[in-house]
Amino acid sequence: MWVYEKKLQYPINITKPDARSAQIIITQYGGPDGELGASMRYLSQRYTMPYKEPAAILSDIGTEELAHLEMVSTIVHQLTKNLSLEEIEDSGFAPYFVDHTVGIWPQAASGVPFSSSTFQSAGDPVTDLHEDMAAEQKARKTYDNILRLIDNPEVIDPIRFLREREIVHFQRFGEALRKVQDHLNEKNFYAINPAFDLNPHQGK
Amino acid sequence: MAMTEQQNMMRRLQVQSFVLTDVQLYLDTHPDDPKALECYRKYRHLREQTMADYVNRFGPINSMQVESDSRWTWVDTPWPWEGTV
Repeated sequence: MWVYEKKLQYPINITKPDARSAQIIITQYGGPDGELGASMRYLSQRYTMPYKEPAAILSDIGTEELAHLEMVSTIVHQLTKNLSLEEIEDSGFAPYFVDHTVGIWPQAASGVPFSSSTFQSAGDPVTDLHEDMAAEQKARKTYDNILRLIDNPEVIDPIRFLREREIVHFQRFGEALRKVQDHLNEKNFYAINPAFDLNPHQGK
Repeated sequence: MAMTEQQNMMRRLQVQSFVLTDVQLYLDTHPDDPKALECYRKYRHLREQTMADYVNRFGPINSMQVESDSRWTWVDTPWPWEGTV
């Protein structure tokens, strides 16, 4: 289970509304490489992780991602909460506004709604951990692109923090993959799926 | 804009919590590392102290920390997205 703390992982205090930046950054909430997908990916994959250290990493990084989607949502909220109607019309925010006002809804920057089709839970530890490492790089790439598009230091600061965490998580998933491979046949990591074939009820 | 005492204490809590989050992930893949365990112990102690001070002065951060007998103060402390602390 989870216990909520009324506290951000990293401080965010944005004083200037900016609908254009909000429309870009919302992609890290509900977009294809965003924090919601990251959290759901790891928290879904952990059930079939047969080894204890990698299962801990999936649980704990999946939990940290919940703190990150709260940070991204907070950035979008603070960028939009004091928008004037004129700013909404001039910034291209009207198509979002007409459906959601200034509520927070998980979508990509393109407007595509959040979908679990952006991630896998394959029930195969080697597959899942490779996906997780790729996911951290994809999120790092999105943060790099966000940093190319925004210039407000109050927004840049927490985005840099989030970008840095992707790199740390990539490292930890790499270590988790090595732990899994330590349990496998070193001449053929793919000889079995340890999440399925070692179960006497399921394996051949 | 000068930071309030509450903001300062919240920053300290965020820093100490973050050290713990990071060292916990490291320990997940290095569970026998004595230096990381030492860091974990040290920061857990620091965070416990800061958390107790903060809650005592400014109210609950989680809903198991409500001390008042007359009011459910969980609803009174600020939400993190408000940007006030």
